[in-house]
Amino acid sequence: MGRIVLDKVSKRFGDVEVIPPIDLVIEDGEFAVFVGPSGCGKSTLLRLIAGLEDVTSGQIRIDGNDATNLAPAQRRLAMVFQSYALYPHMTVRKNIAFPLRMAKLDKAEIDKRVANAAAVLNLTDYLDRRPGQLSGGQRQRVAIGRAIVREPAAFLFDEPLSNLDAALRVGMRLEISELHKRLATTMVYVTHDQVEAMTMADKIVVLRAGHIEQVGSPLELYRTPRNIFVAGFIGSPRMNFIEGAEAAKHGAHTIGIRPEHIAVSSEAGPWSGVVAVSEHLGSDTFFHIHDSGLAETLTVRADGEVGFRHGDRVYLTPRDDQFHRFDAKGLRIE
Amino acid sequence: MARAVTQRRKTFNTALAWAVGLVIFFPILWTILTSFKTEGDAIAYPPKFLFFDWTLENYSIVQDRSDYMRYLWNSVIIAGGSTLLGIIVAVPAAWSMAFVPSKRTKDILMWMLSTKMLPAVGVLYPIYLMFIKLGLLDTRTGLVIVLMLINLPIIVWMLYTYFKEIPGEILEAARMDGATLREEILYILTPMAIPGIASTVLLNVILAWNEAFWTLNLTAAKAGPLTAFIASYSSPEGLFYAKLSAASTMAIAPILILGWFSQKQLVRGLTFGAVK
Repeated sequence: MGRIVLDKVSKRFGDVEVIPPIDLVIEDGEFAVFVGPSGCGKSTLLRLIAGLEDVTSGQIRIDGNDATNLAPAQRRLAMVFQSYALYPHMTVRKNIAFPLRMAKLDKAEIDKRVANAAAVLNLTDYLDRRPGQLSGGQRQRVAIGRAIVREPAAFLFDEPLSNLDAALRVGMRLEISELHKRLATTMVYVTHDQVEAMTMADKIVVLRAGHIEQVGSPLELYRTPRNIFVAGFIGSPRMNFIEGAEAAKHGAHTIGIRPEHIAVSSEAGPWSGVVAVSEHLGSDTFFHIHDSGLAETLTVRADGEVGFRHGDRVYLTPRDDQFHRFDAKGLRIE
Repeated sequence: MARAVTQRRKTFNTALAWAVGLVIFFPILWTILTSFKTEGDAIAYPPKFLFFDWTLENYSIVQDRSDYMRYLWNSVIIAGGSTLLGIIVAVPAAWSMAFVPSKRTKDILMWMLSTKMLPAVGVLYPIYLMFIKLGLLDTRTGLVIVLMLINLPIIVWMLYTYFKEIPGEILEAARMDGATLREEILYILTPMAIPGIASTVLLNVILAWNEAFWTLNLTAAKAGPLTAFIASYSSPEGLFYAKLSAASTMAIAPILILGWFSQKQLVRGLTFGAVK
């Protein structure tokens, strides 16, 4: 069980308020992702939950119990760090066994649990190696192994994939998602990568400057972003924003349209512009279009077979039902 | 671009390094040579370098006249004890400075180091009086305490620089894993810092071994270490160079051998963690 409730939790470092009072509920078994640009306070929030930082005010409840002033180990949470934070002088076996040793479990039980975790994570052949002899992905798995042996109430992940190369990152992303399905334990995951957030999360918490901008499922955030910041942050490539007369036509200060909701052709369309850069990804092509008179650059996502080049004049047709409207304050207009 | 090092340059550099090394080592070499001379040869002019009557006479006289082993044992206890005590006090101090620094941490470190700038003789009188009151004069316990305090700033500084290199996340991981502060220091920090702690121990054993001001001033017959042993041979009746040299050689031999076998650690220690 691992229901985590933040009740008006705030954090100050000296005179700087990093986290203004925040309310948040993470349900038992949920995969919650904190996402936001660097310096938005997402890691601090995670460390507050972990107990590695003291809250300035408010209350943290885990499974209904007040955990605000508990030591990290007493909160029954396990954490996977960005740097993996393995113990370099210990073998993989000892690394994974360390939390059990600290919990004073007997040796037979420790051996059993370590063997289980190693089997789950494909680490059985590496148990007698030291972290220095492992690859990045294997180290990551050891860090996860050290977390799962304790059978914690919830897992906390602090940007666990950011030190891995792109291919490995996708693999580990899937492994962590699978692990969540299998263990059905609450996971709180911090990342600045919105792709990780979209693919893994049950619930995304978008943060900016310590404030929660929006909480919702990935699709909710994608379909109905509450403000311009969330609209721009979720989705890749980024949503196009258009102000002025075109926006006024829709009765808004700013309108947003995602690159995948604009069709591009060489013949006709309500908007037009000149291709500045075209990025071919194979499956998709991204066109960055200038001189549309709407915004400095419009990004359009098209099929990989569409082959316009730099300097071509193209016509654009946005899908009318996919416009997002925002008022002068940047808030969504329903 | 790597700088091309010609063979000639290499030879020159090697010769220069040997020359500098010999100049630095010469006093010790001369002491060792003199210890095998007769008193007459020791003060002969022009000095005899290698061609003299080699004799072990000085060593046997020195051994007869004073109990070398007792001094040696005192040195071992004082150098070892003060270093051990220093490490026990310094590890938690360095831990707190490296991992939970406050606004004043840098100032405290500077202040600690500044105590080393005080001329020792300036506090001799108060410490001497305190030692009399506490009954610590001419005791090994007293010397262990005084030398520990003298070297503590260096021990804390060295450990601090080594601890700084250990990522804080690893200690946080240990905390998440349920380690108490004691377990965190014992099972995680200390093993990871072993190379640094070893250099620190070594350097401080050597500093304490060679410390002469406090050991000479606070001891008489009972607790005197090897420094007192050497000093006893510069007597008012005049200097007996050969015997003094024999005593010196016996006094520095253990630490010279220790230093020889741990050169690598020592260099690391002396560079204060700057070289990885």
